[in-house]
Amino acid sequence: MNIHEYQAKQIFAKYGVPTPRGIIANTPEEALINAKELGGNIWVVKAQIHAGGRGLGGGVKLARSLDEVKTLASEIIGMTLVTHQTGPEGKLVQKVYIEEGADIKDELYLGVVLDRAKEMPIIMASTEGGMEIEKVAHDTPEKIIKVAVDPAIGFQGFHGRELVFGLGITNPDEQKKLINFASKLYKVYMDNDAEMIEINPLIKTGSGDFLALDGKMGFDDSALGRHPDIEAMRDLSEEDPDEREASQYGLSYVSLDGEIGCMVNGAGLAMGTMDTINYMGGTPANFLDVGGKANAETVAKGFEIILKNPNVKAIFVNIFGGIVRCDRIANGILEATNLVDVHVPVIVRLDGTNATEAIEILRNANIPNIIPAIDLADGAAKAVKAAKGEK
Amino acid sequence: MSILVNKDTKVIVQGFTGKEGTFHAEQCLAYGTKIVGGVTPNKGGQEHLGLPVFNTVNDAVKSTGATVSMIFVPPAFVGDAVMEAAEAGIELAVVITEGAPVRDMQMAKAYATKKGMKTIGPNCPGIITAEECKIGIMPGNIFKKGNIGLISKSGTLTYEGANQVCKEGFGISTAVGIGGDPIIGLSYKQLLPMFEADPETKAIVMIGEIGGDLEIQAAQFIKENITKPVVAFIAGQTAPKGKRMGHAGAIVSGSAGTAAEKMEALKAAGVTVVVSPAEIGKAVKEALSK
Repeated sequence: MNIHEYQAKQIFAKYGVPTPRGIIANTPEEALINAKELGGNIWVVKAQIHAGGRGLGGGVKLARSLDEVKTLASEIIGMTLVTHQTGPEGKLVQKVYIEEGADIKDELYLGVVLDRAKEMPIIMASTEGGMEIEKVAHDTPEKIIKVAVDPAIGFQGFHGRELVFGLGITNPDEQKKLINFASKLYKVYMDNDAEMIEINPLIKTGSGDFLALDGKMGFDDSALGRHPDIEAMRDLSEEDPDEREASQYGLSYVSLDGEIGCMVNGAGLAMGTMDTINYMGGTPANFLDVGGKANAETVAKGFEIILKNPNVKAIFVNIFGGIVRCDRIANGILEATNLVDVHVPVIVRLDGTNATEAIEILRNANIPNIIPAIDLADGAAKAVKAAKGEK
Repeated sequence: MSILVNKDTKVIVQGFTGKEGTFHAEQCLAYGTKIVGGVTPNKGGQEHLGLPVFNTVNDAVKSTGATVSMIFVPPAFVGDAVMEAAEAGIELAVVITEGAPVRDMQMAKAYATKKGMKTIGPNCPGIITAEECKIGIMPGNIFKKGNIGLISKSGTLTYEGANQVCKEGFGISTAVGIGGDPIIGLSYKQLLPMFEADPETKAIVMIGEIGGDLEIQAAQFIKENITKPVVAFIAGQTAPKGKRMGHAGAIVSGSAGTAAEKMEALKAAGVTVVVSPAEIGKAVKEALSK
C-alpha cells in the first residue's frame, strides 16, 4: 500500500525527521487559509497523487503571493496529472499540499528499501538529488552510496559514517545532522513495516540543515494488520475500482487491453496462461488469480468483473487444482451463467483436485457456451479461435 | 535417491490442530509421509490424527526425533515459528503460510541461517519426493516417480510442469516450490547443486517469474556448475509494467527483473528456454534425447 507525500511527512514528523512545514488542502480556499497560517512570502503548491514525476508533469508550482497560491491551487485541484509513473491515462488530483518555501543549497537523494539479495534493508544516498535517480544509478552507479543495515544490530555509527563520507560531506556539524536524519529514517522504515521510503530531494539549506522536501512511502501489505494507523491512510480513490472490488472477494485482478478474459488459479499460472495466449496469437484482456479459497461465489464475481470489459470476446478458465477444488469452480461457472449474462464463449480447462467430478458437473449442465479443453495448450488455442469468431 | 526428503524423513507439523494444518497433514499422511506429531501451544499431551501433540517444537523434536517441520501457523506467527524450529534443531522448515510480513521473515531467515537450518518458502506449495514423501499442499497424484528435478516459484506452475513431464512418460525425482515472496529460503542457486549431485535426477525443470533477480543468479550458476540439461520457463512475458511509486527497488537489484532479461540470461547459460508452460514437457523430452 502506498500513501501520499503529506501523509509520509506526518509519519516523518512523528519520528523527528525534519521536513518543511505544510498543511493539506482540499479546495483553493483551504489552500489560501493554509498559506496564511504558514506565513512567509513564498509557498509551494503540490499535487497529491500516488506517483513520482509530479514536478515535470506540472503538479508542483511555486507561489510568490497569497493570490497566486489560490490561483495555482484551483488550477491543480481537478487536473489530470500525467507523469512517467501514472500511465498515459494520468491521475486526478484531489488534494494539494501547501508547503512553506525552502532555502535550497544542495539537493540529495535518500532512500530505504529491502535488498532482496542481502535480505536486509539498505540505505541509499546520492549527491544527485532532484534528478531521475534511476538514470543516475544506470549512468553513474558510483554516485549511489549503498549501506546495508542488519536488523539484528540496527543502525550504528559506522553506517552513518559510510553514508556521509560516501557523499563527501566534510563539515562535522553537517555530518552529525545527516547521520541523525538517516538513523531516524531507518527507524521509520523498520517500525512501520515499510516496503520503501524515498526522499528525492533531501535538501541542504543555506544554514546547513537537512530537510525532506519530498517523501514517498510504500508498506508491506502483509503487515498492515499490525498498523491500523497506516491502514487508515489508505486512499481508495488512488486504486482501480475493479481491482479493489476483486480484492474484496479474494481475487487478484489487473485489466489489460486484449480480447481474451482469463480466470486462473495462482499468479504464476495466470501469467503463464497469458503468455500462452499471446504465443498462440491472441491477446489477454486481464490477469485474474482466483486465489486458493475460490468457491462458487468468487468465481461468479470473477465472471462479472471480466465481462464488464466490453473488449472481451472469449473467456479462458484455466484451473490446476491443488488447494482449489475443481468441482467448486465448476459450480461457480454454473452459478455465474445464472447470475450474469455470459454472452461470450467460455473455454474451460480443469485439472488436478476433483477434476473428474468437475468435468461431469459441466457436462451434465449442458450449457452451449461452454467449451471444454483437455490441457493448457488446447484451451489457449480454443480461446484464441473463439475470440476470432472461429469455431 | 532424491533431494532433501525421502520415505524415512520424520516430519512434525507446526499449527497441527488448525483447519489447514489438519487437512493437509491428513493428505500428507495418506500420501505416505512419515508425520510423527505436531505442535500447538496449550494442546500438548493431546492426540490429533492419532499422533502426539506438543506445546513446543523442542518437546516434539526430543520425543520424536523429527528433522523436518511443515509450518501452517497464521501469517503473524510465521517468523516466530521458523525461529522456534531453528532453535529446536530442526534441519528443514517448510513454510506453507501465505502473507507473512517481510520484516519477520528477514529476522527469521537470518536466525535460521545462523542455526544451520534450511527453509523452504514461505507462501509455497512445499516439497515432494514422488511416491515417498509429500510435505506441502500439492495434489500428490500428479507426481509420478522419475528422473526430473523441478524447482518453481509458482505453486500452480509446479503442478502444470510436473503434469506435463509425467504426460510425456517421464517422472519427478523431487519437486520444490520455493515461493515468490521478497524473502525466501532455499532458492534455485542452492537447489540446483543438490539436483546436480543426485544420481536419480537426469534433468532439471526450472520455473521462474518476473521480478527480482534470482533467475539471473541461477543462470550464472548453471553456466559454471551444472552439467545436467535444464529446461526453463519464465512467467510474465506479457505482464504489464506495474504502476509504481518509487524507483528504489529497481536500483537495488540493478535490473528490471523482466521476463525477457531472465530468458536471455538463461539461454546464454545453455538452458532450453520455452515461451509457454505448455511446451515444458516436450522440451524435457528433447533435452533428454540429445
